[in-house]
Amino acid sequence: MRLSSVFSIFVAISIGVLAGCTGGGASKDEIVFGEYGSMTGSESSFGISTHRGVEMALDEANAKGGFNGKKFKVISYDNQGRSEEAVTAITKLITRDKVPLVIGEVASSRSIAAGAIAQQYKIPMISPASTNPKVTQLGDYIFRVCFIDPFQGKVMAKFAIENLKKTKAAILRDIRSDYSVGLADFFVKEFKAMGGEILVDTAYSTGDIDFKSQLTNIRSKKPEVIFIPGYYTEVGLIARQAKELGLAVPLLGGDGWDSEKLTEIGQDAIVGHYFSNHYSQEDTRPSVQGFIEKYRARYGETPDSMAVLGYDAAVVAVNAVKTAKDLTPASLRDALAATKGVPGVTGEVNLNEHRDAVKSAVVMKVAGPKKYSYVTTINP
Amino acid sequence: MQAFIQNLINGLALGGVYALVALGYTMVYGILQFINFAHSEIFMLGAFAGLFVAVALQDVGSTPVVVTAVVFASMAACMAVGALVERLAYRPLRSAPRLNVLITAVGVSLLLQNAAQILWGATPRVFPTILETQPLWQGTELVLTNVQLIVIVVSAVLVFGLSILVNRTKLGMAMRAVSFDFDVSSLMGIPTDRIIVFTFMIGCSLAGCASILYGISYPKIEPMMGVVIGMKAFVAAVFGGIGSLTGAAVGGLVLGLSESFTIYYVSSTFRDAIAFAILILVLLLRPSGLFGVVRKEKV
Amino acid sequence: MSAPSQNAGFLKQATITAVFIAVLWGVDQLLQIGLNPYYVRVVVNCGIAAILALSLNLINGCAGQFSLGHAGFMAVGAYVSATLTTVYPAGEFFQSPLGVGVAITIGGIVAALAGYLVGLPSLRLKGDYLAIVTLGFSEMIRVCFLNIPAVGGARGMNGIPVHSSFFWVYLWAALAWVFFWRLLRSGRGRAILALRDDETAAEAMGVEVSHFKVVSFSLSSAFAGIAGGLFAHYQGFIDPQSFDFSRSVLVVIMVVLGGMGSLSGAVLGAVVVTVLPESLRVFESYRLIIFPLVLILMMLLRPKGILGHREIWEFFPRRAK
Repeated sequence: MRLSSVFSIFVAISIGVLAGCTGGGASKDEIVFGEYGSMTGSESSFGISTHRGVEMALDEANAKGGFNGKKFKVISYDNQGRSEEAVTAITKLITRDKVPLVIGEVASSRSIAAGAIAQQYKIPMISPASTNPKVTQLGDYIFRVCFIDPFQGKVMAKFAIENLKKTKAAILRDIRSDYSVGLADFFVKEFKAMGGEILVDTAYSTGDIDFKSQLTNIRSKKPEVIFIPGYYTEVGLIARQAKELGLAVPLLGGDGWDSEKLTEIGQDAIVGHYFSNHYSQEDTRPSVQGFIEKYRARYGETPDSMAVLGYDAAVVAVNAVKTAKDLTPASLRDALAATKGVPGVTGEVNLNEHRDAVKSAVVMKVAGPKKYSYVTTINP
Repeated sequence: MQAFIQNLINGLALGGVYALVALGYTMVYGILQFINFAHSEIFMLGAFAGLFVAVALQDVGSTPVVVTAVVFASMAACMAVGALVERLAYRPLRSAPRLNVLITAVGVSLLLQNAAQILWGATPRVFPTILETQPLWQGTELVLTNVQLIVIVVSAVLVFGLSILVNRTKLGMAMRAVSFDFDVSSLMGIPTDRIIVFTFMIGCSLAGCASILYGISYPKIEPMMGVVIGMKAFVAAVFGGIGSLTGAAVGGLVLGLSESFTIYYVSSTFRDAIAFAILILVLLLRPSGLFGVVRKEKV
Repeated sequence: MSAPSQNAGFLKQATITAVFIAVLWGVDQLLQIGLNPYYVRVVVNCGIAAILALSLNLINGCAGQFSLGHAGFMAVGAYVSATLTTVYPAGEFFQSPLGVGVAITIGGIVAALAGYLVGLPSLRLKGDYLAIVTLGFSEMIRVCFLNIPAVGGARGMNGIPVHSSFFWVYLWAALAWVFFWRLLRSGRGRAILALRDDETAAEAMGVEVSHFKVVSFSLSSAFAGIAGGLFAHYQGFIDPQSFDFSRSVLVVIMVVLGGMGSLSGAVLGAVVVTVLPESLRVFESYRLIIFPLVLILMMLLRPKGILGHREIWEFFPRRAK
């Protein structure tokens, strides 16, 4: 009894003490960026890949001497894939760690939630991979280094109709992911506008394992293509079960498919299907191959799009520091808005007046284990 | 008609996995009267154990020996973890209020989940193909694969075997006695603690077996994989009447079938809402689940 | 009791209330200038959690029922109030701080109705079956919001006017405290407590068991809904994921950790559960292990929760007069 009371009091006190002594201030010879992402939870691979890309870009910048003798550094916080955690994390970065610039998030819902805070405190935020249009509409302090969903939806619609010559599509969307729902909506709109027909629009939820009922339903409608704008985690299983059910039509998807795990899970069932992506591993340009080589050497994996975009985001941030007239958030914002011709992995990064990157999308075909072949590039 | 049969097969194969996990919940509940929230994490650990053994034996090829080895490794790992959890976390709380045990179970569940995440990362891993999926019977609108058949048959055999164990053996009798009255059975010379550990181990071994069936059907293994299936199985167990073996098996099948038919005939987006609505309706009509025993409260 | 003294009692209470509100407002102003916004956020989150824990304490701690669906009621309050202020603004009114207050109150009322609906099956169900029904109900609510495009579907709602602040959250928290405090010391409260201690005996003594079960569900849900409304109007956004099973479990943990049936225990539990993961943020992923470990150790070493049934001041015996 005595002991346990002591234990309770100890717990209570230790909380107070811990709360008081967390966080570290920036020292004078460092330029510290903030980063928040899903480092744990079911979407952790996105947060981890992005973080690796950021680290690589900053280390390269530091190897080149940093900026005026100052080294670049990043403080990153995990948000467990939850919006309210993302808000708390960015508040801590901005108000306690006092970073002049924040990088994050991948998922659009969390970028929107946390972006509102960045806008409120007028601290520039660069989203590496949030493709929903609403993210940068939050305000003039929010930027992104990737294309947006209306474009991505259009890319696949155009590809289905013009390259594959298919006009009858089925949709299988992830109802729990705003990314998937948004992308599906844009695809449907563009596909219909181009004269296509949507035969069936059905859904699953993130974390589902069995999709046979949805696929049985789709099979009965006899579509020519199936658009599945989900994440690789589910898409691999969907492809396998589609094959088991004898569905032999092309599957199409978006950048959520991009991961080495896609072919590991989907195996030969995923081969021959298509998805739109930010970059192609087969791109022979030295910037791409150099990045892939260095990334493999450091992390032992082939970089996915998130790593590439994390790298681009950090490069754009470093460039803003170098071109800004001083290091106040307002000047950094102005420098970011003027981003033109910054050398990213996939070519020069240019931001338009909506603070979105103007980038082309590539369509990739799954060719075999961890192998994607480049099909075509579609420009904005 | 073919679509109906296809959905029936899909639902049965999914329901079979639910049923095996649900049995674990129901066995622990039957004997200790608390929901072992950590059961879904034991299922997850079983899948990882099977994964590691399967990867180690990958060069041997997909022989029946490999499959057996993987299944036994997974069952053994689950039994070991189950016994350990029981010993360290639940036994000290034997006389504590049930809610405390429940919270401890939630804590153990979070602990195992997060530890697995730190150890193995959250990125999904792929369960090696120890059994090639092949269509056994293929019509124009109807496919039955060997894996689906195996899942259905293995679940049925395990449920049957378990009911023999519980109803026809001495160990089973002891388990029923402890479940009926803990104190009296202890007075009768039944080693209650040992029986409880046995019950845990049997329930966990079923989860291990289920995890391999899962790994073969849905080869995506990750630390969070137990969450969804655990919740579904636990709902199935309550639906069937928690504490009843038949109830858990039937509950699992009904849940699998209702999901499959709801998606096809009603709505794919409201699937979970409808599954829960059915559950609530059944509980309103039969407050102790389909096969549950109404326990009269003693004054 | 004569009329004048009653009057004096009323005056005294009014003064205390006025002073309390003034102090709260003053602290709010000070916090806005003085304290780092990150800490303010943690403090406000504690307040919201405290309202949730206080309200769940009525069902789980006092009435002896077991609800696993508190997040569902919170979601009802959050979505109803946010819909009023964001999607269908009745003119400018719902955008103003007062309008937000009204919207949050309406959210609480709707949540109370939902609680009434869930309370009904509790007449027939016991223990774990009730837990499952509440869990199922909250999951149904979440799936429904996920499927209504008008409230944003999976993306949730953004651009909710941010009007709940430290002041409003703690005003509501204080209100919740006073409400539950007085309730538990009234005849009705005693009846609710009797449900926990022995339902059969309570019924034999003439307590209308079913009535009080439904009442405790409704009251508890009302405050959960208000907490949801405050949450929505503090964060400025909501999504269905914010109200999933894990949040329900978190509230149960707060109540059990603090001590079942103790109001100060519920508040203490809310603070611990909110602050602990936050203060462990520096340990990165290891915080995810430390938190459940603390929980398990707590249950093993002090199964009654930090405070048990008692209130915090009962640990410091008053000197005899």
